[in-house]
Amino acid sequence: MKIQKSLPVILLVGSSMLSATAIAAGDTYSGFPVTLKGYSGDKKTSVRYSGQAARHVLHNSLKKIITSLIVIFIASTHLAIAKEVNVYSARKEALIKPVLDVFSKETGITVNLITGKADALLTRLRLEGIASPADVFITVDAGRLHRAKLAKVLQQTQSETLKKRIPSNLRDVDNVWFGLSQRARPIFYAPDKVDPSELSTYEALADEKWRGRICMRSSNSVYNQSLVASMMDAIGKEKTQQWLNAFVKNFKQRPAGGDTDQLKAVAAGLCDITIANTYYFGRLINSQDESDKTVAKKLRVFWPNQQDRGTHVNVSGAGITVHAKNKENALKLIEFLSSPESQAWYSAVNNEYPVVKGSDISETLKSWGEFKQDTVDLSILGENNRSAVELMDRADWK
Amino acid sequence: MQNKRHMLTKHPLAWVTVISSLCISLPLLVIITTFFTGSFQLWQHLYETVLSDYLINSFWLVLGVGSGVLLIGVPTAWIISSYDFPFKRIFSWALLLPLAMPAYIIAYTYTGMLDFAGPVQTSIRELTGWQAGDYWFFNIRSLPGAIAMLTLVLYPYVYLLARSAFLEQSASLIEAGRSLGYSYKQTILNLSLPLARPAIIAGVTLALMETLADFGTVQYFGVNTFTTGIFRAFYSFGDTAAATQLATILLSFVALLIFVERYSRRQIRYHTVRGKPLKQIHLTGKKAYIAFLICLLPLLFGFLIPALQLAYWALFKAEYEETFLSLAWNSFYLALAAALIASSLALIFAYAKRLHSQQKTITTVTSMASMGYALPGTIIAIGVIVPFSWLDHQIIDFAKRWFDVNPGLVFSGTLISLLFAYTVRFLAVSFGAIDSGLQKIKPNLDDAGRSLEHKPIQILKLIHFPLLRNSVLTAMLIVFVDVLKELPATLILRPFNFNTLSVRAYELASDERLIDAAPSSILIVLVGLIPAILLSRSIDKSK
Repeated sequence: MKIQKSLPVILLVGSSMLSATAIAAGDTYSGFPVTLKGYSGDKKTSVRYSGQAARHVLHNSLKKIITSLIVIFIASTHLAIAKEVNVYSARKEALIKPVLDVFSKETGITVNLITGKADALLTRLRLEGIASPADVFITVDAGRLHRAKLAKVLQQTQSETLKKRIPSNLRDVDNVWFGLSQRARPIFYAPDKVDPSELSTYEALADEKWRGRICMRSSNSVYNQSLVASMMDAIGKEKTQQWLNAFVKNFKQRPAGGDTDQLKAVAAGLCDITIANTYYFGRLINSQDESDKTVAKKLRVFWPNQQDRGTHVNVSGAGITVHAKNKENALKLIEFLSSPESQAWYSAVNNEYPVVKGSDISETLKSWGEFKQDTVDLSILGENNRSAVELMDRADWK
Repeated sequence: MQNKRHMLTKHPLAWVTVISSLCISLPLLVIITTFFTGSFQLWQHLYETVLSDYLINSFWLVLGVGSGVLLIGVPTAWIISSYDFPFKRIFSWALLLPLAMPAYIIAYTYTGMLDFAGPVQTSIRELTGWQAGDYWFFNIRSLPGAIAMLTLVLYPYVYLLARSAFLEQSASLIEAGRSLGYSYKQTILNLSLPLARPAIIAGVTLALMETLADFGTVQYFGVNTFTTGIFRAFYSFGDTAAATQLATILLSFVALLIFVERYSRRQIRYHTVRGKPLKQIHLTGKKAYIAFLICLLPLLFGFLIPALQLAYWALFKAEYEETFLSLAWNSFYLALAAALIASSLALIFAYAKRLHSQQKTITTVTSMASMGYALPGTIIAIGVIVPFSWLDHQIIDFAKRWFDVNPGLVFSGTLISLLFAYTVRFLAVSFGAIDSGLQKIKPNLDDAGRSLEHKPIQILKLIHFPLLRNSVLTAMLIVFVDVLKELPATLILRPFNFNTLSVRAYELASDERLIDAAPSSILIVLVGLIPAILLSRSIDKSK
């Protein structure tokens, strides 16, 4: 819209100025010979022969007008984007767009959005380099955020607001990325088959008594990778490998499907326990569909490792890109996402836990009770990610 | 012997072909070059742990889907083209319908139904009182399950190409066979099938390339193939170099596949003339019943059951968030544009190949340009981003130096790069259909045209156009439907605030909200239906 309105005005002013300068510059052509084809007059230079001078003036002003048109066109596309911010998001559109719309309404800043798979967006960001239109990169999982940091596509952000709001273990050590919502990955069990007193820690799930009773999704899932990465930090690489070897033997079947599928399999009696992200369970509880609600009723949450490091949690987070053109707006957006309003939104819409202490949480989250979180620095999960996947491969976790 | 270079320079068609196929091969070349630049660190680990698993699964998947699409595609095509039985006219287009069903969507749908927690097994348990482990039930999430899903949605490639090949065969051929003392069966085996072979092979190759590129289905079923390996390197290890290295190996498999197929055909060429059309045999009684059943089953499992399930979810259970009209429109015009581009290029390539069949250069570059189909869309997308962002950076540098402005990205993140990626990925489809159609036009028809002193363009208009029409339409249809379903490249290359049906369906499905994904999925199917029906009508009419 803005382009169309401003273009004629700029054009008019620009071109009249340019032609004026071109005419005034007419006397500089004195050194030029007459080049008109078939010219047979006696004047030798274009100063004497006014026709030649006119040709030059015309030619040059045309050249300048075209150049200025290009410049104006490019400049106007840039003028138009003054009040916007461009977002690459690995969070699904349904789980980010509504809150972005609120941001636009409150600040008047237009948010342009592309969603996609985290690593694909990251690759795009890296390859686009300095020309990238992206200002903000949003993704889930600390491992991915760390990977973005390593790829040097994000920049450090100095914001007292963010530092004050977000606990230090939920943001990058160099303030390159910031956690914006949390999801816990506890144990879910079927109360008719498992007594909660049998459960204690993630480590204990390697015990032989769970043989053929556990359903898990694939090791391709970054949530499982981060869980293993956190365990590597807690008990060391070797012990994690031993744990994995025994744990994978306890699987009922070859991993397939997502977290929701595992929850359903437990509810249907195929397995007794699974490990899944909390928001999938919350979604089943609040589903419109009766059969989903029935599934949820057959399951209970168990918060593991309450006596030691706490239950594994992960974040979704964001950072400002290194070549951001709308840096100010980008910072505004990230600060907005950490505001009490947005924090409450995460919990209300997707049953995620807020990163800012004291934010409102949904009834569903309240019903699961309070629990002790693993406060491992999430940057470490990113650092351990690759080794975690290797360990899982060795344990034959498909 | 004429000088080869001299011959090439004289023909603009050859030049256009060489240049544009090189452009289209650019993403592939980018991927292949990274093979040599990346480190091989990850390989040791993959080799020790998972690589053999990937290879074995991919092998069985290709073998299974290959036999599956042949077993469904060829018999149905033969029955439809040579017999007459109840509902045949409906079947002739309805058998194409599974083409409109994205493989990952059909996988989600069947899993929703047949899974342990799904309605079928739940009602079995409720009826019989059995518990888990008391009974055996087909595990849909398995290698056989993946083979079944892919076969059900990919057989239309074989059906479509084989049917037009059978329809183009003339009755005199069959009569000649019979007069030589062949039985009806022998005529089919020795004459009809070999004649249709280029088309059938083209269909199977397409199905297999799509199988190799499939990620959604196998990943959902937990079957680790070579392609899931590529994605694991990319997503789990964050190792783009290793991912492209694996992709290069996948490419070399495909090159081998193409080479073996070429070699087996060698110099053999099959041409037919359009004589009087095949007389259709009218079936009655038990035979009609069997023909009906053979055509019904793939349609039932490949389309009716999953579509009904989707429709049920969409109508009664899904949550609607917005109007789908703009999504459908975006999907539609993208698919149409890609279909037009890919088919025009395929036409140019096919003609260049025909007119310069002695030219190794032409055959090599055209086969290179059509290898993109076997690559997963994400890898293609990377291959597209690299040259385009390089180009963009050159433009930016230029603009900065001369005008002191930053024009931003001109190609990357626009529909241009998206359409380019589609062309790279789907050229094989249009080329396969058009090339096999063109191969069936006897060169002596051209000679006849030339002897009448027709210019090449007139030969095209008077002889080729009527004969090729169906092949071109077929090519356009398949590309259209394929682009409609395409996901990974669309996801990564699309501009800001631009969504399509498949993007929406994927976003919801991958967020484990299968039921909410149903409305977009069913719309993909519906948008894909329209051209399928139109095409089939037009082929029927032209008979």
